Amino acid sequence: MYAFSYQRPTSLAEAVAAIQADEAKLLSGGQTLLPTLKQRLAQPSVLVDLSAVPDMKGVAAVDGGLTVGAFTRHAEVAHSDLVKATIPALAHLAEGIGDRQVRNMGTLGGSIANADPSADYPSAVVALKATLTTDRRAIAGDDFFTGMFETALEPGEIVTSVRFATPDKAAYAKFRNPASRYAIVGVFVAKFGAEVRVAVTGAAGSVFRVPAFEAALAANFKAEALNGLSVSADDLNADLHASADYRAHLVTVMAKRAVEAAG
Amino acid sequence: MANPNGVGASVRRREDPRFLTGRGNYTDDFKRPNMTHMVHVRSPYAHALVKGIDASAALAAPGVVAVLTGADMEADKVGSLPCGWQIHSKDGSPMKEPGHFPLARGRVRYVGDAVAVVIAETKDQARDAAELVMVDYEELPAVAASTRAATPDAPQVHDEAPGNVCYDWHIGDKAAVDSAFAQAAHVAKIDLVNNRLVPNAMEPRAALGEYDPSSGEHTLTTTSQNPHVIRLLMGAFVLGIPEHKLRVVAPDVGGGFGSKIFHYGEEAVVTWAAKKIGRPVKWTADRSESFLTDAHGRDHVSHAELAMDKDGHFLGLRVATLANLGAYLSTFAPSIPTYLYATLLAGQYKTPAIYAEVKAVFTNTAPVDAYRGAGRPEACYLIERLVDIAAGVAGLDRVEIRRRNFVPASAMPYQTPVALQYDSGDFAKNLDIALPLVDYDGFAARKAASKAKGKLRGIGFSTYIEACGIAPSNVAGALGARAGLYESAEVRFHPTGSVTVFTGSHSHGQGHETTFAQLVSQRFGVPIENVEIVHGDTAKIPFGMGTYGSRSLAVGGSAIVKAMDKVERKAKKIAAHMLEAAETDIEVKEGRFTVAGTDKSLGIGDIALQAYVPHNFPLDELEPGLDEQAFYDPKNFTYPNGCHVCEVEIDPDTGVTQVVAFSAVDDFGNVINPLIVEGQVHGGIVQGIGQALLENCVYDDESGQLLTGSYMDYCMPRADDVPSFTVRYHEDQPCTHNPLGVKGCGEAGTIGASAAVMNAVVDALGAFGVTHIDMPATPEKIWRVIQDATPAMAAE
Repeated sequence: MYAFSYQRPTSLAEAVAAIQADEAKLLSGGQTLLPTLKQRLAQPSVLVDLSAVPDMKGVAAVDGGLTVGAFTRHAEVAHSDLVKATIPALAHLAEGIGDRQVRNMGTLGGSIANADPSADYPSAVVALKATLTTDRRAIAGDDFFTGMFETALEPGEIVTSVRFATPDKAAYAKFRNPASRYAIVGVFVAKFGAEVRVAVTGAAGSVFRVPAFEAALAANFKAEALNGLSVSADDLNADLHASADYRAHLVTVMAKRAVEAAG
Repeated sequence: MANPNGVGASVRRREDPRFLTGRGNYTDDFKRPNMTHMVHVRSPYAHALVKGIDASAALAAPGVVAVLTGADMEADKVGSLPCGWQIHSKDGSPMKEPGHFPLARGRVRYVGDAVAVVIAETKDQARDAAELVMVDYEELPAVAASTRAATPDAPQVHDEAPGNVCYDWHIGDKAAVDSAFAQAAHVAKIDLVNNRLVPNAMEPRAALGEYDPSSGEHTLTTTSQNPHVIRLLMGAFVLGIPEHKLRVVAPDVGGGFGSKIFHYGEEAVVTWAAKKIGRPVKWTADRSESFLTDAHGRDHVSHAELAMDKDGHFLGLRVATLANLGAYLSTFAPSIPTYLYATLLAGQYKTPAIYAEVKAVFTNTAPVDAYRGAGRPEACYLIERLVDIAAGVAGLDRVEIRRRNFVPASAMPYQTPVALQYDSGDFAKNLDIALPLVDYDGFAARKAASKAKGKLRGIGFSTYIEACGIAPSNVAGALGARAGLYESAEVRFHPTGSVTVFTGSHSHGQGHETTFAQLVSQRFGVPIENVEIVHGDTAKIPFGMGTYGSRSLAVGGSAIVKAMDKVERKAKKIAAHMLEAAETDIEVKEGRFTVAGTDKSLGIGDIALQAYVPHNFPLDELEPGLDEQAFYDPKNFTYPNGCHVCEVEIDPDTGVTQVVAFSAVDDFGNVINPLIVEGQVHGGIVQGIGQALLENCVYDDESGQLLTGSYMDYCMPRADDVPSFTVRYHEDQPCTHNPLGVKGCGEAGTIGASAAVMNAVVDALGAFGVTHIDMPATPEKIWRVIQDATPAMAAE
């Protein structure tokens, strides 16, 4: 990696001040950033480590949902009794991210701010009607992901927590890349009363919802409700591991599996 | 009481505590006073002219000691990396052997080809400066796929190899095969690709060069499977350093799988540069460099046909293979798709006529050479897939067609039509053990149970044989080897009875420090903790040909036995003198020397002491000391063989294959340490499953860029990708020609597993009318087979 300076602020205000520096970069769990640095694909002037910023960690119950601190590591979400009791699908998603080493370091905030098209968490943010809190405002989950590795965050804006709404039923079904174990296709299905949300990650440049699936499941929350339905392959990703056609097929398969798992 | 650390005991590996507690000594762990660090400038293009190199900015960068290029090496008369095996084409002409320089001279031929090195005080300084070396490239058209490289209009990798052909070789009796096909009642055919693999040893390659101006001695510490071979090749052919002034040390090495057999340019560069700059020079590959520059494995495209009579007896086998050798000839590359591949095409079967043609081509990719199994997995995979297809063609059960064609144990020794003579093996017995072990009779019920869950279940067999214990030197020489393939050993008793064994084999994960010590403990009754195994240093070991081809125990172990024989013979003479008995009256058992019919006896420790403090010693007949050296040259290859059985479940909705059961029944001859053998088999099977389902090295054919250059895209098998294995072996067929009766177990798992997995996959998909799928059987590939066969389902 190239040389950089390092700061570890102990308050959000200090972190916000530090990140204003030219070519400064936030360091959360580092699971994408550090490999990028090691390969000399990025050259930040300063890394602002968020690990000592208070009030960005842990899970709390709030009215109608859960608030998860942005610096909460995947393993903490996966193993949290509160998450498992309230939104077990979220704990299950976290338990399937990467491998044990990644889960012990990677964080919710880092994952969603990076907005990797094949990351798992974006599907939960959209399907669970999340609201993101930053150092300066609240952002609806629906508005957060704007493209491949692109979000609604302004330069220097720091996500501090994410509030997920508690669904009646939900599940996440993932078809993982056998090499990287990122999602080739991940489908998060959540039912809130008469409303159903189906959010797909991995398949395209950014997480997207499938209105046709949502409507069918709102009418009949059963896997067979999706028979004959599929998404178009036109705008889907294609790579060594999966063509767009195959991804389109997997969206339906994984959506059905998520519905079955949601019960 | 049996020796708890003797032959046949599952002694835990003595080397593991140091590895598991971080106390291993790997090349990158070595630090020398005044040491510098070297980083390579590597070609980003698959094929380009190097019009110029401007190192001025790099030389001005902080900490930079030197920037060296191919021109500097040429000025110092550094030679080409030699190739250790020469193949002749059908027409008798020798293979094309273009220059392969440690640093490119005017032209680069694959992404990662070394152009220059930057040597600096720290590795980071060297890295920073390497980015400042300005190389003026003129890009040329490139070709990565062997199939396109073999076409008339393909870009030419080397001017001296027209049509990119290195050699066009054949073996066997073409006329006899043609005649067999003329009589055939059934013919089975297959077209297959044996996918290219990246070796991925856990420890990346590294090299440390040192030069002592007072003695004129060079020392290279390197991640090698055979330090003496590196000394010979680099000293004699590349740098012109005589053996007595060149020491090569291969300390703890973290896995090789073949990729660390070869002499790589980086070893020559650090050795040469250390003298040039007058300071030690260290280079350690990062993982990306390993992907780009370690010699890759496999990469065959083949067509094969099997002629049968009406009862499914094999009459003749015809094989045509196109092998990708990469951009340059790696050390043993030419031998892999020829004598280590086509000579195994008889498999376990008494096919009377075999003819194989192998065309090997250069491409703009990393060199391809031996990778665990080296030619034999390719042969096994081809035969065992073809036999499954043949069963379908002949209307026979896949077990029955194998049984019907096995070379019977009674036919041993058996001369195959492709040069080898099998010394021993009972192939039907392997199957007899395997069938109840895997409950073959219960498979139909298991398949039905899987179907009830919506899964497709398949079972696959692979009855493999390999040629190991490489190799009788006269045979290897006749086949083109430019080296002998014996092994050396020295067994040194110390005055107080402990023992140091010096072996020319090299351990980089095989557990020699344990297995070899068991041999000594067994023979002389010495506690295993009093036996030290020393390997990997040309300054300590008489000579050595190293470790590959499952040869360490069969060849290296046999050399130890020969040295122990000599020790025992001398000890017996000393004992006779000390006990005042005739030598013929001395009986020897596990290090105890007894006068027959008396209670007068001596232990080996008493004798060793007398040998070094010779107050009561037959000095008129014998020299003092108890230290003997031996070289062992094998009489034949060894032939490990076995039966692997795999069961898979396929999810038809996604195409995902899960290996749900895997059993291996092996004949390794006698087994010294069952625990280590089982570990070797486990690792081998995982690599075989990896090739079958997960691993694939992909280059873009036009640009020559490596598309699977990291673990994000190159899928290494992980523990949760495989089931628990059932491993059995029998010792009823010991090797007939080495003193231990051992055959070798290091590659068997890899050789047998891929075919068993793929036969199971194709079996599971039988209902869809498919007879072959190329490796790796990825989910999408399988999904497409299912989709193509069931358009109605696809429309749903």
